[in-house]
Amino acid sequence: MAGGSTTTVGHSYPRMEGRAKVTGRAEYIYNMRLPSMLHAKVHRSPISHGRILSIDTSEASAMPGVHHVITGEDVKKVLPEPYYGPAFHDQPILALDKVRHFGEPVAVVLATDPHIAETAAQRIVVDYEELPAVFDEVEALTSDVIVHEELKPAGTFADLKHLAGKRDTNIALDYHLQHGDADKAFADAEHVFEHTFRTQQTMHTPFEPMVALADVRNDHATVYSSTQGPSFVRFELARLLGWPESNVRIKTAHLGGGFGAKVYVKVEALAMALSLIAHRPVRVALTMEEQFYTITKHPSTFRIQSAVDKDGKVIGRKCEVWWNGGAYADIGPRVTQKSGFTAAGPYDIDNVAIDSYALYTNRPPAGALRGFGIPQLVWAYESHTDIIARELGIDPIAFRKQNILRNGRPQAVGTIVKDGEFEAVLDGVAERMNWNRPFDKGSGTKLRGRGVGLGFKASISPTTSSAIVSVNADGSCIVYCSTVDMGQGSDTAMAQIASEVLDIPIEKIRVVNPDTDVTPYDMSTLGSRSTFHMGHAVRLAAGDARDKLHAMAEEVGMPEGSNAPLPELFIRKFGMRAGAIVGSANYIPEFSPPNYDTGQSTNATPFWMIGATGAEVEVDTETGQLTILRLVNVCDIGTPINPIVVETQISGAAVMQLGFTLTENMVIENGQLTNPSLADYKIPGFFDMPDTMENGYIDAVQENGPFGAKGAGESGTFGVSPAIANAIDDAVGVRISEMPITAEAVFRALREKQGKPLEEN
Amino acid sequence: MAKHHVETTINGEPVEYLCETSQTLLDVLRDELGLTGSKEGCASGDCGACSVTIDGRLVCSCLVMGVEASGHKIETIEGMADGENLHPLQQKFLEQAALQCGICTPGVLVAAKSLLERNPDPTETEVRYWLAGNLCRCTGYDKIIRTVMDVAAEMRSS
Ligand code: FES
Ligand code: FES
Repeated sequence: MAGGSTTTVGHSYPRMEGRAKVTGRAEYIYNMRLPSMLHAKVHRSPISHGRILSIDTSEASAMPGVHHVITGEDVKKVLPEPYYGPAFHDQPILALDKVRHFGEPVAVVLATDPHIAETAAQRIVVDYEELPAVFDEVEALTSDVIVHEELKPAGTFADLKHLAGKRDTNIALDYHLQHGDADKAFADAEHVFEHTFRTQQTMHTPFEPMVALADVRNDHATVYSSTQGPSFVRFELARLLGWPESNVRIKTAHLGGGFGAKVYVKVEALAMALSLIAHRPVRVALTMEEQFYTITKHPSTFRIQSAVDKDGKVIGRKCEVWWNGGAYADIGPRVTQKSGFTAAGPYDIDNVAIDSYALYTNRPPAGALRGFGIPQLVWAYESHTDIIARELGIDPIAFRKQNILRNGRPQAVGTIVKDGEFEAVLDGVAERMNWNRPFDKGSGTKLRGRGVGLGFKASISPTTSSAIVSVNADGSCIVYCSTVDMGQGSDTAMAQIASEVLDIPIEKIRVVNPDTDVTPYDMSTLGSRSTFHMGHAVRLAAGDARDKLHAMAEEVGMPEGSNAPLPELFIRKFGMRAGAIVGSANYIPEFSPPNYDTGQSTNATPFWMIGATGAEVEVDTETGQLTILRLVNVCDIGTPINPIVVETQISGAAVMQLGFTLTENMVIENGQLTNPSLADYKIPGFFDMPDTMENGYIDAVQENGPFGAKGAGESGTFGVSPAIANAIDDAVGVRISEMPITAEAVFRALREKQGKPLEEN
Repeated sequence: MAKHHVETTINGEPVEYLCETSQTLLDVLRDELGLTGSKEGCASGDCGACSVTIDGRLVCSCLVMGVEASGHKIETIEGMADGENLHPLQQKFLEQAALQCGICTPGVLVAAKSLLERNPDPTETEVRYWLAGNLCRCTGYDKIIRTVMDVAAEMRSS
């Protein structure tokens, strides 16, 4: 099925909704209003950990224009078990008894005017008994501060069952992998290396902040939400309500960015509960600031050790990773396994031991963010790999190639690699950077260096996508699927696939916005899974429709080869322009679950995503100021469905990771988040762009992918951070082991190297 | 408190509306007039998604009060295309995939148009400088810069 000559797939198309977007007319949930709707404004905790002693809502309730003031206890009256979460049912819709992080929702004001709701929300008075808090993932391991007295796994996952009822621990989930005999490798090694790397807490900042409008009537709830996962939101709200899923309807439009922030339940449960109580439609629209309290990216600490033989072959690696999941689990604990098993890097290492822990702390919750833990891991293993190469006096690219994972070899999880073009991706970067030519290292106080980073990710597995493809009597076609287009261009890709299979021009194809009453189940739009999983479902559903059309043609005496236009076929069959031919399909890839004790699986993922970055930097040794002269990002994305959109995905991913590398940092001081705004939390702008940037992909085919394609949304993030740290080391001989890499961090490291360290703040 | 009666011109058409003292021009455009093309990314002047021009001057409409529009000429994204005919910037953004989620796009287009009206032959640094008030979380900027440069060249030659 891969490659070959295609007419639509593999060609560049402008995005289908592009015209609506450039004229300002695209639909977003943020634009939506409902008749007789109330606006909700959330009162949030000003402390990181404490017991709620009392909530005084009298002044807020007395304000003219205020309809309701609602607390956690009010929610409990209508929803007796108001806790949600995909892996653990630990998050209350509004705080009950305790608050566990700064900015946690405690109460809500409903008013017809959002400004009145906002003023009233500030007049709610909450009395707390403040408790000690823990913010650091390593401290949380042994701290006396316990964030959740008891673990509450969701129960739907077999591998979480053993955690139910576990008390007095901050470890939400642990994962262990054994491949070969790591201890023996370290005993046999010629060289042993050990380093520790850390990453900071950051946030997605989607430019359409999270928003949900709920309209609950009698026994039916409709929620309009900017969600990446309408099927999961339906499942979870139905569970909270104790209703069948058919009584809960979730609708989305185009999303103004997601990046993982809008997967699983975010503001939907709150909006639903409020509408249930108020008997009116309710709009919960977060501000940019409030998003920082809602979901973030895990801070992490990673201790990595390597055993290397006399020839420079890495024979063993031990990885210990601690993930800071914040106060509520969301999907965060899943990084321990889903990302954890790649912690030893894209290398062919016979002996690997991985221990990976998700910790509860009193930070805002951490969940999925573009790469789901992978960028944190690559930061560590590619910095570490570079240090080893330098210390052994081997060229960093040559050292990587000597150890690189190749097709046909087992990855540490025990799965044989197939269609993973690690070496070609690395070569792609090296070539574009002219790695083998002399490099101008600068002079005086402006010194230059270059570095690379190579990372990879497994696809989340096993997950299901379903699709329906309906061919209309005029020969046009509608694709029904719950993949959410949040800017990645999935609508266009799905239309291309349907067009290709059915031979219907793409202009005649429409892809319906997800609506759980209309579009069938999809696990979620996350983890770069849609092109592969939904791509297959749409391909198969379109194939089903095509087969039915062929049968119908046969039946009416217009067999294959007669080339009758579709409208004629329908007229022959139905006597007039009427009827519809509907194809459908479910797709789930093959998978074998990992052994609980060893973490080993013979088939852990349907495909591997691979990305590498090369960076050339200039360091001002007088100030630590860093200039990114050049950033080269190359990925293995199989064969792209829509090349021009994929290029933008790669550059967008790389620049997002550039922000996480250089400037973005959620700063917590005295238990308070000090910078929850785009003014103080600095994401990259036009002036932070590298002087030049190249984004590309290698020629590749994912044999089991739809038309040779696989996911492409995250691969551009993988190599960015270590490439920059490695380039800094190359330029000035200092090693930064903690992100973000600010000018101050570089300057401190330079002074340290000169034996003149700066004082701590 | 009584609302304010405001008369102004938006995209060449006379418009009147009532607004609260506390409403920003962005609130008025989106909530009172149904012009949802201008986006609210931050409501604090940091992202530029709400960019419009007032008498040709580029502003963040979330930092302008609704009452301040009185007697001025406002241009928004909705006025950029000429009926079915897209402005060259809109057309090229589409063709070259210089947008993804589209939230920043209206503001970026309004700002880029305002740049090219002042400076039809900008250097890349000038493009970056002029657009520095517009943030984008999706595209990585690379294609935006190149597309604006390409449109400038195209418009100069036509
Ligand atoms: S919404 Fe006005 S600058 Fe962000
Ligand atoms: S395209 Fe999403 S913010 Fe720019």
